[in-house]
Amino acid sequence: MADASVHRVSRKRRLRPLAWLALAALLALAIALALGSVGIAPDELAAVLLGGGDALHQTLVLELRLPRALAAFGTGALLALAGALMQILLRNPLADPYVLGLSGGASVAALLAMLAGASMALVSGAAFVGALVSILIVFGLAHGTGSWTPTRLLLTGVVMAAGWGALISFLLAVSPVDQLPGMLYWLMGDLAYAGSPWPVLSVAVISLLVVTPLGRTLNVLARGGLQAAALGVAVRPLEWTLYLLASLLTAVAVTTAGSVGFVGLMVPHMLRLRLGNDQRLILPASLLAGGTLLTLADTLARTLIAPQQLPVGVITALLGVPSFLYLLSRSR
Amino acid sequence: MAISKPSPAIPEPLIETLEARELVIDIPGRPAGRPLYLRIAPGERWGVLGPNGAGKTTLLHTLAGLRAPRSGEVRLGGKPLSRLTRRALARRLGIVFQTHHDDFPATVRETALIGRHPFIVPWQQEGPEDLARAEAALERLDLSHLADRELSTLSGGERQRVSLATLLTQAPQLWLADEPTNHLDLHHQVAVMELLAEQAARGCGVVMCLHDLNLAARWCSHLLLLYPGGEVCWGEADSMLVPSALEGLYGQALTTAMVDGAPVFVPKR
Repeated sequence: MADASVHRVSRKRRLRPLAWLALAALLALAIALALGSVGIAPDELAAVLLGGGDALHQTLVLELRLPRALAAFGTGALLALAGALMQILLRNPLADPYVLGLSGGASVAALLAMLAGASMALVSGAAFVGALVSILIVFGLAHGTGSWTPTRLLLTGVVMAAGWGALISFLLAVSPVDQLPGMLYWLMGDLAYAGSPWPVLSVAVISLLVVTPLGRTLNVLARGGLQAAALGVAVRPLEWTLYLLASLLTAVAVTTAGSVGFVGLMVPHMLRLRLGNDQRLILPASLLAGGTLLTLADTLARTLIAPQQLPVGVITALLGVPSFLYLLSRSR
Repeated sequence: MAISKPSPAIPEPLIETLEARELVIDIPGRPAGRPLYLRIAPGERWGVLGPNGAGKTTLLHTLAGLRAPRSGEVRLGGKPLSRLTRRALARRLGIVFQTHHDDFPATVRETALIGRHPFIVPWQQEGPEDLARAEAALERLDLSHLADRELSTLSGGERQRVSLATLLTQAPQLWLADEPTNHLDLHHQVAVMELLAEQAARGCGVVMCLHDLNLAARWCSHLLLLYPGGEVCWGEADSMLVPSALEGLYGQALTTAMVDGAPVFVPKR
């Protein structure tokens, strides 16, 4: 009996933080809908969401703010989830979704599309293709060589990222001055041209359904490849699944909002500092907390110096860095 | 012998033998040496002895199916390891590693509990029975009072005992242990050897790499001597504990004495 109650407690221990995070997510979305050029009081917001309210508010909330808030939420959720997966894959708590050079590939393609004068939709498409190219190059290089280790994957990715970085600098150096602000905004991450939120949101939900049954197996993989294999995990297939999944999530996120930094590194790490390292808790918690963080950051980005908008990547870094350092100094 | 699908009429043996057939372990740049023919039968306690770099760990990993051999094969219960899924293998064979990768935070209890991983289907949670097994294993290794501690706060010897607790939670029929007494104080060295002997008495096969000749002499029923050049010999412990052979193995002169009816080896100055 005592054991059964311990078991129930451990399950409750997982559900309670998720309930709090879900509440925080709803609150963040409500704030994102209420704040902007025209402030909307909570009761008015409730009326609009229930299908009533004033016509201007309806347009503002349902057509302008809601899609953007949901896109921000979905993007943040994907980045944090991808970061958590990448950290397990590379057995390195400091890994982030971009560590393997994926955002570099996306950025180079996006900048080339901007140079060619493409529309924002085409720039997003190019970014996705660039990310895929980078995923395949790293996969091919790390896979083609007999002995494969997370270290080799990490080195391959890091060197690819450095190469992309050089290309980005080159493109910025030769671009006409009037295009530079747009390019910089894209590079820092910006949700102004996010478009429909449904791709990111549906990918977030699907990926959560895919990784949830893997949670316990990922806990074992975090103990090292050999230990996981000795406990019955088919390590190689699992690692490639993780790599491709985390990469695709990042590609979708980067396509929506450019390369927003810090969310993928910090959110899972902060959660681990507070909640331990059970992936069955960390993965859904990352999704919720990443979404919440980016929704709030984007709300700040478009209200802080309105009507001027800031790139959201600047805000995530400015918010994230001090809070991360604070948590770190308070932990052991 | 041709391998056919096991027919449902023949029940799987409850107690299994680990066999190495014409096994040559793969150490790059090393001549093949003599192939191994081993039968690790239930109840046997095998000790693997050899100097640093002789290939003890490689041999153990090959026996566990974690490394491909250069030639030959390893069979468990008559089936080549390569034909078993990792999960089916992990339900029957477990291993304690020499090094641990504690890159992420985890408690002692969580670490013991992962020993149940091969027995739980992916969408299931650990049940009360799994937890009870982990708790019992922690108790057996004097770790109950540390159950909620983070791994990073443990001493080397405590961490080593947590690994053994994970293996005890896994409760395989074949126990492979790479230097199980690493970092342990004298009392716990003996306690761990007693634990392994107890498992053997239950009908498990045990293979351990050891550096302590005296533990090997006292606790192993069989010994395998692994020479750095790839040469290898094996047999019952009594026949293998020949001072000249051991001196040749380590390149170290030894003094031998008899204590409590068992030989004790001390390096000569």
